[in-house]
Amino acid sequence: MGMNRRDFLKSSAAATAAAAVGISVPQEVQAAAKSAEQGWRWDKAPCRFCGTGCGIMLATKDGKIVAVKGDPAAPVNRGLNCIKGYFNAKIMYGADRLTQPLMRVNEKGEFDKQGQFKPISWKQAFDEMEKQIKKALKEKGPEGVAVFGSGQYTIMEGYAALKMMKAGFRSNAIDPNARHCMASAVVGFYQTFGIDEPSGCYDDIELTDTIISWGSNMAEMHPILWSRVTDRKLSDPDRVKVVNIQTYTHRSCDLSDFNIIFRPNTDLALWNYIAREIVYNHPEAIDWDFVKKHIVFTAGPVNIGYGMRRAGEKSITPVRPDGSAGLYSAKEMKIINKEMAKKVSPLEAPALKPYGYKEGDTMKNIPGTLAHWMISFEDYKKSLEPFTLDYVAKIAKGDPDESLESFKKKLKDLATLYIEKDRKVVSFWTMGMNQHTRGTWDNTLSYNVHFLLNKQAKPGNGAYSLTGQPSACGTAREVGTFTHRYPADLMVKNPKHRAKVEKKWMLPEGTLNPVGKQHIVAIQRGLEDGLVKFAWVNVCNAFQDTANANHWIKAARKTDNFIVTSDGYPGISAMVSDLVLPSAMIYEKWGGYGNAERRTQLWKQQVVPVGNAMSDTWQWLELAKRFTVKDVWGEYAPSGPRKKTLPSVIEAAKKMGYKEDTTMFDILFANKEAKKYTIDDPQLKGFDDSDSLGDNRKVLGSDGKEWKGYGFFVHKYLFEEYAWFGRGHGHDLAPFDMYQKVRGLKWPVVDGKETFWRFNTKYDPYAAKAAKAAGIKDFAFYGPLAKKLFSGSLTKPDKKAGKKPIPNKAKIFARPYMDPPEMPDKEYDTWLCTGRVLEHWHSGTMTMRVPELFRAVPEALCYMNPKDAQKRGVKRGELVWVESRRGKVKARVETRGRNRPPRGLVFVPWFDEKVFINKVTLDATCPMSKQTDYKKCAVKIYKA
Amino acid sequence: MGEKEKKHITPRRRFFTDMAHHIGLGTMGVMLLGGYATKAKSSPLTLRPPAAIPENDFLKTCIKCGLCAEACVNRPQNLTRDGKRKDEFGTLKMAKANDNVTVGTPFFTPRDTPCYMCEDIPCVPACPTEALDITKVTNPKTNELDIRKMDMGVAVVDVHSCIAFWGLQCDACYRACPLLDEAIKLQYNRNSRTGKHAFLEPVVNPDVCTGCGLCEKACVTEKPAIFVLPKDVAQGKVGDHYVKGWDKKDQQRVGDRNEKDITTHDDRSKKKPLDYLNSNQLGL
Repeated sequence: MGMNRRDFLKSSAAATAAAAVGISVPQEVQAAAKSAEQGWRWDKAPCRFCGTGCGIMLATKDGKIVAVKGDPAAPVNRGLNCIKGYFNAKIMYGADRLTQPLMRVNEKGEFDKQGQFKPISWKQAFDEMEKQIKKALKEKGPEGVAVFGSGQYTIMEGYAALKMMKAGFRSNAIDPNARHCMASAVVGFYQTFGIDEPSGCYDDIELTDTIISWGSNMAEMHPILWSRVTDRKLSDPDRVKVVNIQTYTHRSCDLSDFNIIFRPNTDLALWNYIAREIVYNHPEAIDWDFVKKHIVFTAGPVNIGYGMRRAGEKSITPVRPDGSAGLYSAKEMKIINKEMAKKVSPLEAPALKPYGYKEGDTMKNIPGTLAHWMISFEDYKKSLEPFTLDYVAKIAKGDPDESLESFKKKLKDLATLYIEKDRKVVSFWTMGMNQHTRGTWDNTLSYNVHFLLNKQAKPGNGAYSLTGQPSACGTAREVGTFTHRYPADLMVKNPKHRAKVEKKWMLPEGTLNPVGKQHIVAIQRGLEDGLVKFAWVNVCNAFQDTANANHWIKAARKTDNFIVTSDGYPGISAMVSDLVLPSAMIYEKWGGYGNAERRTQLWKQQVVPVGNAMSDTWQWLELAKRFTVKDVWGEYAPSGPRKKTLPSVIEAAKKMGYKEDTTMFDILFANKEAKKYTIDDPQLKGFDDSDSLGDNRKVLGSDGKEWKGYGFFVHKYLFEEYAWFGRGHGHDLAPFDMYQKVRGLKWPVVDGKETFWRFNTKYDPYAAKAAKAAGIKDFAFYGPLAKKLFSGSLTKPDKKAGKKPIPNKAKIFARPYMDPPEMPDKEYDTWLCTGRVLEHWHSGTMTMRVPELFRAVPEALCYMNPKDAQKRGVKRGELVWVESRRGKVKARVETRGRNRPPRGLVFVPWFDEKVFINKVTLDATCPMSKQTDYKKCAVKIYKA
Repeated sequence: MGEKEKKHITPRRRFFTDMAHHIGLGTMGVMLLGGYATKAKSSPLTLRPPAAIPENDFLKTCIKCGLCAEACVNRPQNLTRDGKRKDEFGTLKMAKANDNVTVGTPFFTPRDTPCYMCEDIPCVPACPTEALDITKVTNPKTNELDIRKMDMGVAVVDVHSCIAFWGLQCDACYRACPLLDEAIKLQYNRNSRTGKHAFLEPVVNPDVCTGCGLCEKACVTEKPAIFVLPKDVAQGKVGDHYVKGWDKKDQQRVGDRNEKDITTHDDRSKKKPLDYLNSNQLGL
């Protein structure tokens, strides 16, 4: 790293940031390392895997990564790692890395959907993509061109993909796998705070007295954070309490003071029970001063369905007399029909009473909506009334072998921990609350409790959503690689936001498509319906990770479409594709990730990619070279979710000085702004940048000629242009160069200082500014989204009085318990919950190729209660079929392992393509966030 | 490890037992597995099937028929789903010439294939000679097979090469253990270097550990930092004359003691008191 300590400290802003992250340590480490090693270059980077965001140091020699160590200067992990992090050095060097584009071809070497994969050149690959995209645009318009994006995109490649899709192809059909992992958290943040991402930071762990984990197995999924939780517990075992709340016993339960095992979906009831305890039985615990100044009470519709297919969609048409419909069996339709209407069950009837429903009523569902309006505190109180200890204990007790009394005692103890005056409480959650057909509700319910008690946005206090992926926050959310988003919380449907983006991107007015409804599940459904004709899988494994996979893998292979997968290794998605592109892996490119505490971390390209692999950024930019103004900016007839014509902007483009044959590459990526970022930048000294500079492999590029680089510093350009959107708007990132030195900074970074707790005037300069302007104190919930509301009752808004502004306020939502759409019955008598294991990352394409991790956990097991196994006559280690209305897989039974389900529930992780559990799961989503509920569906289990 | 086995202890095994006491288990494991074992014809480190009787008796009783290994190999849990060669997946192997195990006798190597602790223990009833003694894995009260009574060896952690003892969040062995939180427990310690992380260190309870070796198989270090040794090699033993004052159950460890057990003999006590007193060894 080119800069010495004195130079660095010259800037006072930098010095402050340095102090915050302990910049002096890495210098010492570097010095020590230099003397000891054998020509190794050590440089920093974040870990490739989860959302924790640990820092590592990589040693390179002769163009290969030879070793890795935890970065002692990284504030998150202080030099430690989990076992996935321990193997960062090995993930790029599996012997079956993809090194060459591969395409299904006939004997003549032409593309053939039925052909076998054969190696082709990059030029042939782009020729075919160009042809197929043009065909798709002609047939279906921009909505026919789709991208499965990722929470593992680097910031730069996510931004490049977003820009080419939305500005180039005018398509909003780009959505990340992060949709599956934290969309409910996002909508929860939007609805509650008006701005995305957590108010707190990891320091809350050391500052709190109580860690309550909801639907989260931190011991396996966030191991470094869990070791911090463990340390906090050890520091004061009597004072510090740890509670785990989930549907089965897992490794995080080892540390708990007590565990609550609840019946799937009833976490909604548990949160409401705690709120009821506060409001009805401990009103003195409510901080009325805080609530009156900073909070409004709100409600929204409850009949919003389950995010499944809706009547009339092509693939469920026609409906046949036997109950089947289109491509779906009668059994599948039995569940899907609940999307349109359902009967109110005895379990949910009491909770729905304040909303005007009673047992046996038919609830007609409208499509999911984000609508909500203000209500009175009295109405909110009314919504809590049903959640008595008796009712909640009755519906929520998840272990049939636990006594009702024991369960009730735990609920009371839980409420007491929250309510206790001067007790600091952090509520963590991950997939359990997000992957939920009422995930948005569940998220907002958590803030309710913290707000009533004024235990939010304060050191050691707060409800805290942990993310799963390394850049679900940094890229998917902050860059906005979602169908409905742009960078920094700008929205596709907002004309002012579109205008702002168009201006920055130097686009003609009206270029951006105003309809963003093709979320990731909708893209799969669009493939099946024949709307999507071209789909590109980026940095994810969309065909292994989407629930109800049988439909999507068939749609990929059986219909007239073209699927491309870019990846480091071949997996299920590559297998069902028509074209497979070899991607550079994480340390083979410049990049940036953002973790779950708003910490942005950048790294430099450490080594040249293997074979002819190139970065996803390069792939996007090369594709952009193939499309000119006249190819993509003409008029498009209504298509899919877009009911209006998208007008031509070609004439407007000409007025801006573009020509009909100007390429999207020249407009979007190699424009005059980009070229200001020159390749003599000191950051590039001593490091490769295969994209900007080319490299010693002399790869034959997309034009068939030797690749020599863009000639400008493309990654710095992409980062700085993206960062412009957030600066001055509460998402402020530091300059690119600063991130090369520090171990990440928590945004907003204002005057060189990172922000630890947002919305709190003591810590967040934006809150201080907003509070000063508004004449309020302590807090300002300044997020701008949904800050003008109607007022009304629990059941409907009263639109006559008009909308009222609620600046700087956060919201408490009245939201009841409701059943999920599929629950165990006589035939499918068992809950299926899916998830992860510590040893493997997501679909296992990287970690299953690390021999040590494969040996540690070679296959996905079906974790089952021993009594259930006995009842089915299966022994531990034997194979069973796990079968739902949608599909079945074979898995080996484990009755004594790391996960111990109660009777009536099994857990199967999804990393193992041989135990393809997503063939079994249901593609129901939270109808508001569109996040799939992977945590519950009904299965039967029998000996294989 | 019963009374019987102690009587049959071989000089070679005693040598290793002594070594264990002197230089610590971690180092010894490395030395034995790496050095001595390759030279020995039948290593004292051989892990035998469940319910094997003490080694010397076992060698006399086993007729090398291979029925135990056959029963093991045919278990459905040892087959891959895509039907790969099944003998690669059986736990028990019959020793060949270069295995360092008496040729023709059954053994297993946990790092390759651990014992999956089948609930009906098919290998044991298959034995025609009681070299595998079914009573050793039978619960006397219920007369049913009980896998918890399996006793093939004990897992030993080399704390210097175990990355959990470095502070890394591993515990792959702990999660792989079929008697999780019983045979392997996590010991929590604070990490004063980082000031905010905890060590989660795996610790084996030898009374519960069966020696199945699932931990050894799962260990992610290049050479496993946790490995199974025969119990008599791996474990020390406290004398029967002392009972833990703070542990009511500890008396069960020592069992009944009679006069014969408590009389001690050494060079000095060879002399009768009168001989000693009258020996005039002071030369006065």
